[in-house]
Amino acid sequence: MSLESRRSFIKKAGATGLTFWLGLSYVKGANAPVISTAKSLTPFIKIDANGITIFNPNPEMGQGSYQAVASMIAEELEVSLDQITIKNTSGEKEFGAGQWAGGSSTVREGYLTYRKIGASAKEMLVKAASQTWGVSPESCRAKEGKVLHAATNRTLKYEELAEAASLLEIPKEPKLKDPKDFKMLGKSVKRPDIPLKVTGKAEFGIDADVPGMLYSSVERCPVIGGTLKTFDATAAMKVPGVVKVVSAERVIGKYSSTGVAVIAKTYWAAIQGRKALKIDWDTKGFETFNSSDYEQKLRALSKEEGILDKQKGSVDLPVAQVVESFYETPMVAHHPLEPMNCTVHVKGKKVEIWTSTQVPISVTGPGMMGSLPGMMGIDPEDITLHAGFIGGGFGRRLYFDYIVEAINVAKQVDSPVKVVWSREDSTTQGPFRPMTFSKMIGGLSEKNQVVSFQHKVISPGFMDSAMPNWDKTKLDSMMTEGISAQEYDIPNMKNSFVFADYHVPLAAWRSVTSSTLAFAHECFIDELAHKAEKDPLDFRIDLQSTNTDTKRVLKKLREITNWGKPLPAGKARGVAQWDFFAGLSAQAVEVSLAKNGAVSVDKVYVVIDLGTVVNPDNVKAQVEGAVLMALSAAIHPAITLKNGVVEQKNFDTTPVTRMSEAPEVIVEIITEGAKIKGVGEPGLPPFAPALGNAIFALTKKRLRKLPLEIDFV
Amino acid sequence: MKTIELSINQQVHRIEVDPEMPLLWAIRDIVGLKGTKFGCGQGLCGACTVQLDGQPIRSCQTPVGSITAKQKITTIEGASTRLEKIIQAAWIEHQVPQCGYCQSGQIMSATALLKSNPKPSETDIENYMSGNICRCGTYSRIKSAIQTAAKNAAKNTSKSTKS
Repeated sequence: MSLESRRSFIKKAGATGLTFWLGLSYVKGANAPVISTAKSLTPFIKIDANGITIFNPNPEMGQGSYQAVASMIAEELEVSLDQITIKNTSGEKEFGAGQWAGGSSTVREGYLTYRKIGASAKEMLVKAASQTWGVSPESCRAKEGKVLHAATNRTLKYEELAEAASLLEIPKEPKLKDPKDFKMLGKSVKRPDIPLKVTGKAEFGIDADVPGMLYSSVERCPVIGGTLKTFDATAAMKVPGVVKVVSAERVIGKYSSTGVAVIAKTYWAAIQGRKALKIDWDTKGFETFNSSDYEQKLRALSKEEGILDKQKGSVDLPVAQVVESFYETPMVAHHPLEPMNCTVHVKGKKVEIWTSTQVPISVTGPGMMGSLPGMMGIDPEDITLHAGFIGGGFGRRLYFDYIVEAINVAKQVDSPVKVVWSREDSTTQGPFRPMTFSKMIGGLSEKNQVVSFQHKVISPGFMDSAMPNWDKTKLDSMMTEGISAQEYDIPNMKNSFVFADYHVPLAAWRSVTSSTLAFAHECFIDELAHKAEKDPLDFRIDLQSTNTDTKRVLKKLREITNWGKPLPAGKARGVAQWDFFAGLSAQAVEVSLAKNGAVSVDKVYVVIDLGTVVNPDNVKAQVEGAVLMALSAAIHPAITLKNGVVEQKNFDTTPVTRMSEAPEVIVEIITEGAKIKGVGEPGLPPFAPALGNAIFALTKKRLRKLPLEIDFV
Repeated sequence: MKTIELSINQQVHRIEVDPEMPLLWAIRDIVGLKGTKFGCGQGLCGACTVQLDGQPIRSCQTPVGSITAKQKITTIEGASTRLEKIIQAAWIEHQVPQCGYCQSGQIMSATALLKSNPKPSETDIENYMSGNICRCGTYSRIKSAIQTAAKNAAKNTSKSTKS
């Protein structure tokens, strides 16, 4: 906002009290229709007669952004969290393109930006006070929401300074605090969303309550890839409470499918009506599709050369010993506990939406994950979003297919409609984390040095799923994520990708492709260590020729696990690490053999490399959660299709980790590095390979397929 | 459709519904208390847990017509006993919730556990709480919070004269 427009804005806002919006002019393209991974700075601080409000543009889905963003701003603004109101934004234009949550990016990308926002506002408030008093800004100090002039013992509250401050130029390079003076950052501050979440007061998308609201349940083609041919709603319309039955299109990436929506006065009536529908589906030949056949296809494709991801030296040079392995991972579902849902009221051109989404900015305009208005031909000005707390995202809510579908339902009635997916709908309709298969080849010298390394990924592609015209001969770099980023110094290396056609919608799942590729990569490193007759942890450390971040993390892991000291009989441990766009962690998993021969996962040590830490307790919570999510995917049945239909329906057939299965998780945070790294995802990828490696150490069985085919207690 | 009287959090609600409608939807959509959550609809996740006369039930599996006006339903909004407050305080102390969606159900189950077993062992807690899914993976904190709550509930009982 320019100075002039800020002045006029303040004039307008004057009627409702003094308002100070910090619109930062050094924010480039806050409202511009560009996709940007950088945080766009916009009016995140509002000070008026009602107090101080800090806006959180990174949707809160459990990762702690509600506290983290507020703390980064408040720390520099010199206010405590109990002096402020925190509000989640809803894709409003003024809050810019950074309104989304994913890629462990809130602190990783926003750390300096958010602090600068707070620091700029503080400088302006101090300057306003100094001008009021006719003293130098240097003689004033900001503290606890006030500016103090110690020499004359005068104070002014931020609320009293807001108007004057809002007219000042925004400092381009505000002075940031010395970290040693931090009151909140780096400390385990209690999260202000938690009291709301232990009393049932936190409002999630599914809790939207709009007067006159109807409910809808949608029957979608059970065969993925199929769509509606015709339907007969005669019986459904006879169910008491059913108001209307309509068809509605859902679009996710390049896929589109039409389902049948039963709209009723209660959700229960909608479900009954849905059961009474008679539908003729066009299954388009996908009714013969079986996951087991597709797996065979992926195995066969591994013989192809593929598309090069990265090459170094030559892998064709003769070696003393060649090691070859093939790894397989499956599709999994996200299973956030809050089912997909969206409430929409269409009034003429106006569309009002209540939902849980990771991408508010893409729902109201162009953003990180595309543009819902662009896709649906709606003017962004006509969309109003109310984004609630998110009952679990894990990547699923980066996609707005359920919002598109709900709009298409709501268009056909005058009242607001809440569309709620059943758990079975969420499980069977996708999108899913894609499976990746990996062909691994390693070469050892006579002295057991690793001289060559190859990782070939065979899988369907994210980009192909997302875009109708994706060039399949091109590298989909999301599918080779991380495999060329590991800091092992191996002279000859070749990583490649073989694309496999698929028809099932795919989605980023917490830690994206690293969640499967790390399994192959890091189990294979273990195989090489075993062939070289070296300790698997020391082997990894020795492969770091310089002082890499990975080396620092592995050494810390060695220290906290007492690695040199052997475990008691009947116990074993495995190690793995993973470095990718979101961050870096290394893990050691301790297992033991139960009497019945089953494996018990006892303890998990995690070292996470962060560069800086905003809230250590929250980092621990995130890592604990990531490990348990990884455990779920490593030991429980995956998502499979038979005759075109997903075989799993609910938590009985696609279980997630329960309390009785949860191992102890010990988390060590490292902040020595220069680079700020992410928190939410890096705790996930090393777990499955560390567990596989631990099972090998315990049983001498090398398991190369997820979920791991062994009994667990 | 039938007129049904429900006593929820010590307040009587008279609602007109299909008696087959699960209590969950009656609580959320008819009565309007949104703290009780829908997770799976099959009694597999525990997000919809409420107390019926002090016993934890899965409200998604309980037809509203099976409940009489005399039975007392407690939802998270009505969690106001001394024990429930101690549990909520322990949840805050251990910073249990992440996304928070399952936590109403977790607290309802934990309350029922501590009522029937004031000093649960770790195994008791695991066995009792394993019906409640937390996809964010907050189990170790739930366990610690229950242990803290058990301790605090016992500690304060001897001092407290009022119930």
